[in-house]
Amino acid sequence: MSKETAAMLSIPRSQEEGQITTWISLKKYAYLISLVLPLAPISSCYLAVTTGNGLWLWATIVFWYFGIALLDKYFGDDEANPTDKMVEELKSEEYYKKVMYLTVPLLWAGVIACAYTVSQYEWSWFSFLGGALSAGLVAGIGVNLGHEMGHKINDRVQVFFAKMALALSGYGHFFIEHNKGHHKDVATPEDPASSRMGESLYKFVKREIPGAFRRAWELESARLKRMGKSEWSFSNEIIQPAIATIALYSLLLAYFGPIMIPFLLIVAGFGYWQLTCANYIEHYGLLRQKNEKTGRYERCQPHHSWNANQKVSNLILLHLQRHSDHHAHPTRAYQVLRDYNGVPNLPAGYPLMFVYAMIPSVWFSIMDPKVVAWAGGDMDKVNIDADKKDELYSRYHNPEKKAA
Amino acid sequence: MAQYQCPDCGYIYDEDKGAEHEGYPSGTKWKDIPEDFPCPDCFVREKPDFEEVKLK
Repeated sequence: MSKETAAMLSIPRSQEEGQITTWISLKKYAYLISLVLPLAPISSCYLAVTTGNGLWLWATIVFWYFGIALLDKYFGDDEANPTDKMVEELKSEEYYKKVMYLTVPLLWAGVIACAYTVSQYEWSWFSFLGGALSAGLVAGIGVNLGHEMGHKINDRVQVFFAKMALALSGYGHFFIEHNKGHHKDVATPEDPASSRMGESLYKFVKREIPGAFRRAWELESARLKRMGKSEWSFSNEIIQPAIATIALYSLLLAYFGPIMIPFLLIVAGFGYWQLTCANYIEHYGLLRQKNEKTGRYERCQPHHSWNANQKVSNLILLHLQRHSDHHAHPTRAYQVLRDYNGVPNLPAGYPLMFVYAMIPSVWFSIMDPKVVAWAGGDMDKVNIDADKKDELYSRYHNPEKKAA
Repeated sequence: MAQYQCPDCGYIYDEDKGAEHEGYPSGTKWKDIPEDFPCPDCFVREKPDFEEVKLK
């Protein structure tokens, strides 16, 4: 498919009103299944303590990576897109914000429940690891919530909850780095949060985490400088959530003792890891073209993001996977994000794609041919890892194929 | 005072109000806003993309 055709097809799918209203009105309540992820570790802690079987502490992790994938397989894709009229009704409905305001304290409760359970009872190191990873996953879900609310920067309540959600993993700089940095540079070699073809997840993370922090700090310093304030002030929006992180982590350490040191390292590390995986899969290999005259990149378009449209994972992740529409309209609320025709699609929901990404040979074998097809065989149009350039060109570069 | 609107998300830069949070105090003229100024709401459009709002 040529770029022009792809661009033409990259429009949100429109639908007849009657076909979808039932599902969308049902969907309003279906979003409550996003509460499963904060509630799962709380229930698995309870089961572990009451049965004495520490393997229960792994239940959340198994559900995240494999349970959701099974449910996605069973329930399939979400064909429904809200009509323009419905968008107007849904976009400012308070209910959808309240779901998130309910989730954030539950996420905090999830982390605290895991901290309590791993510290107050005797477990094997393996069960301890399951409990700590579950809490880390909850912190990672906090990043997803922080992402959704952190975009609504005119809404003080949402921004407050975003900061609290991000504080769980100590990733408070995220909403600055993401809104002002990633959205601007997405799908270009300059973006530390867009992965390159041939770059493994383990290579990407070494570029992503420091690059994202540096970019956030520079953007926030520049803002404070314009305001005539020091970067080391309470107005610094990286420092504000960091204080919440330090307060939470210190309290947990004080109450539950030194075992919190490995626990919290795993919580923050695994929370970061969820974001790294998401960043890795969302724009892998995709590249915006540079206008040679102006030196500016073309605008981010729907074909610059990988999407997944499965029902269950989208409900749980608040439509994060409808990623093309998100980049086209970053302030659009989750309940009105739409699926597009003709955009890059992943073969599974995000959690299962994370598993594939963690096994580079599997990831490359699935995704590299998709990137090549996306570029019409022209490797000049791909965001490519410099170390793998020769190898990938000799294997895949075949721009004539498209013309034929 | 003039107003300029982000063509994507609808944010309006009003010279009377400025963009305080981004460090442009009220009264900052549009001509004094740097060229690489991103929309302070969606951050995916820059100053050259903005359109002047015609006041009735």
